[in-house]
Amino acid sequence: MSLFTIFNVAGSGMAAQSVRLNTVASNLANADSVASSPEAAYRSREPLFAAVQQRVGLADQAQAEGVRVAGVTESQAAIPSRYEPGNPLANADGYVYSSNVNPVDELVNMISASRSYQNNVEVMNSTRQLLQKTLDLGK
Amino acid sequence: MTPDNLFGIHTKALDVWQRRSEVLANNLANADTPDYKARDVDFSKVLAAASGAADADGVSLATPTPGQIGGASAAQGALEYRVPNQPTMDGNTVDEQVEQAAFAANGVHYQASLSFITAQIRMLRTAITGGQG
Repeated sequence: MSLFTIFNVAGSGMAAQSVRLNTVASNLANADSVASSPEAAYRSREPLFAAVQQRVGLADQAQAEGVRVAGVTESQAAIPSRYEPGNPLANADGYVYSSNVNPVDELVNMISASRSYQNNVEVMNSTRQLLQKTLDLGK
Repeated sequence: MTPDNLFGIHTKALDVWQRRSEVLANNLANADTPDYKARDVDFSKVLAAASGAADADGVSLATPTPGQIGGASAAQGALEYRVPNQPTMDGNTVDEQVEQAAFAANGVHYQASLSFITAQIRMLRTAITGGQG
């Protein structure tokens, strides 16, 4: 019954988007974190999605069955430094290193992730209705 | 009268709509996956293959005894890549609006096939009960 696999597909989409929302929340929460070295500074994170190839058949029919989070990447953008000698985390020269989170990027990501999540919820709701109608067949 | 020719093409159509909704759900789930190419089922091609007595691809099971059910689903194969409306930087060709619209239309088609089958069942029930039930 292929309508049931849609629940898995849409569920995997929702799970992936919620991971994305989680990283956005983590990035925004750490936007103002500071550290005493560039290595220890918080770097903006973003999940990388990949399609799940499950149906093994002819090469032409290999088809995606949902989506998964392939990994989480860290932004390689430059870490900004500030001169704050009074900061308890400042290094010997008086510098602190803040995160490279771009709040505008994160907000855009958040909107995109929540829209995609809603799309998957909508797919699930429609499928549930269709299944219900199929169960009522002949009544 | 076997159930297959009682319901005509609608059971096969139902199978195709179901398969297509699965493909479209996949597209929507992978709306943010880099390099994912959106796919769709070519309905007319699948229906032509399903309604033709001779199987073009020759992968269906033979059904020598009346009442046997063929093994291969009508909607297998015939998956094609969608032509993207606009290019994207990450190579993804899913256009969420297009997929949403296709999914909604697909649901309506599925319900239409269902109601045709329901009408056939009602007709049969009327024939059995002679209009008494």
